Amino acid sequence: MNAAALLLRYLAISLRGQLQYRASFLMAALGNLLNCLIELAGIWVLFDRFGNLSGWSFAEVAFFCGTVNATYAIGELLATGFDQFGTLYVKTGDFDRLLLRPRSTVLQLAGHELSLRRLGRLLPGIVIVVVAWAALDLPLEGDRVGLLAFAMAGGVAFFFALMVLQATMCFWTTESLELMNILTYGGVETASYPLPIYHRLFRRFFTFVVPLACIGYFPIVAVLGVDDPLGTSRMFQVAAPLAGFAFLGVAIGVWQLGVRRYTSTGS
Amino acid sequence: MSTTIGPFVAVVSARYRTLLQYRAAAFAGFATQLFWGAIRLMILAAFFAAATEPQPMDLPQIVAYVWLGQALLGMLPWNVDADFRAQVRDGTVAYDLLRPLDLYSYWFGRTLAFRVAAPTLRGIPMVLFSMVLLPLAGLGDWALTPPASAIAFAGFLASLVLAAMLATAVTLLAHISLLWTISGVGMDRILTVLVTVFSGLIVPLPLFPDWLQPFLNGQPFRGLADVPYRIYSGNIPPGEIAGELLFTLVWVIVLVLLGRLILLRGVRRMVVQGG
Repeated sequence: MNAAALLLRYLAISLRGQLQYRASFLMAALGNLLNCLIELAGIWVLFDRFGNLSGWSFAEVAFFCGTVNATYAIGELLATGFDQFGTLYVKTGDFDRLLLRPRSTVLQLAGHELSLRRLGRLLPGIVIVVVAWAALDLPLEGDRVGLLAFAMAGGVAFFFALMVLQATMCFWTTESLELMNILTYGGVETASYPLPIYHRLFRRFFTFVVPLACIGYFPIVAVLGVDDPLGTSRMFQVAAPLAGFAFLGVAIGVWQLGVRRYTSTGS
Repeated sequence: MSTTIGPFVAVVSARYRTLLQYRAAAFAGFATQLFWGAIRLMILAAFFAAATEPQPMDLPQIVAYVWLGQALLGMLPWNVDADFRAQVRDGTVAYDLLRPLDLYSYWFGRTLAFRVAAPTLRGIPMVLFSMVLLPLAGLGDWALTPPASAIAFAGFLASLVLAAMLATAVTLLAHISLLWTISGVGMDRILTVLVTVFSGLIVPLPLFPDWLQPFLNGQPFRGLADVPYRIYSGNIPPGEIAGELLFTLVWVIVLVLLGRLILLRGVRRMVVQGG
């Protein structure tokens, strides 16, 4: 069986398992949905009070917010195994079993679970993007849609990479640390607003160190067809999502260093 | 006197010492909240810069609101105590019924400690950072300003005590509801949403649309955050402090009485788990 077929098999099993507990899945999905809508309502309240955000309209900010929520939801959907790595695999010593199987650890962990409750964030994210797209009267052109899809793919790689890095830290700390929430949940919050409103240091950090803006703000500016107040060129904006894939490459490299260092808790 | 208060003091201090053990988690939490505070501030300041009309709050008041909110985050009743949930699930909650203490008061003391320990551990460094370190780093515009006046500070401290009582009463209602629902996962989520939105944590309450203000001013959750933070910054003038304190106190009394009533029913029909 090749890698892709095996991954699909893993995920199908996970789906069947979750559908056994429908009430708990619905409740958790509803909670995610509520959180996403509250975030949007918070943005609306501020627009209602202040009128505009340094030239950006509510529909444009909603577009940022919807895209990053949908992107993050897909990344989280695929990386649940990494998200819970510390508690489920390192603390218990169960990672030994993964190492013994003749498949890569990344593949096995990606197939750990296809967590359906993440749909609670994905669906409203997509709806927000579609509604904002219509409200902004953006023409439905192939290259715009294509660029948005490319940005979201880069974003999924980016958030997947963050989960891999979070899991890698567990080789040293055993438990998952709350610290990575700054980049995951904090990243979603940050990318829900246009980059120019942030302090220079934050802008640099989220462009060059952790390339959040390269999968969010920059390509979306090109999708919206507006000029970037920061003065970046269209060419850069269109190519920026590549940074998400590069980030994933680095994360997997670090992961493999961590795996080599792993010593079992042996219990 | 000491025979009635003694057990509660013991429970509170024991719980407090347990929570203070987790210093690494506290540091991670501190860093996370620092980041949240900074992002929230930059967003609100960017909106504020675009404002043309006079606003219900000025920028230093918004800055104080955000930093105090991050410092005192743990005090908000947004979750239930995991220990308590476990006790209900495995049935050891029955031991609490056997203690020769008033059950509601005993649980109130325990819950108060749960609500107050974390904020002191995170809150004091957060206040020091936002009040002292930020101006030193040349970011004085983003710093937490001192209280508006001596009266405002006294009012802030008083409202903080009431906020802690209110937070405890709300958390305790959630705890008591566990006697029926056992798992309480769904309720946790609803509680988080209610508390974070209506205390003013997501967006300061005065910035909500004017037509919502009458409702927002009457609901209990604003006593948790909105009232103390605005007294601190002088957004609530000294003349109105007494009225606001009374408002919170009335809600504390109402929620405590409600909690006692529900507990009475809960104990009567409780099924103890385990075996």
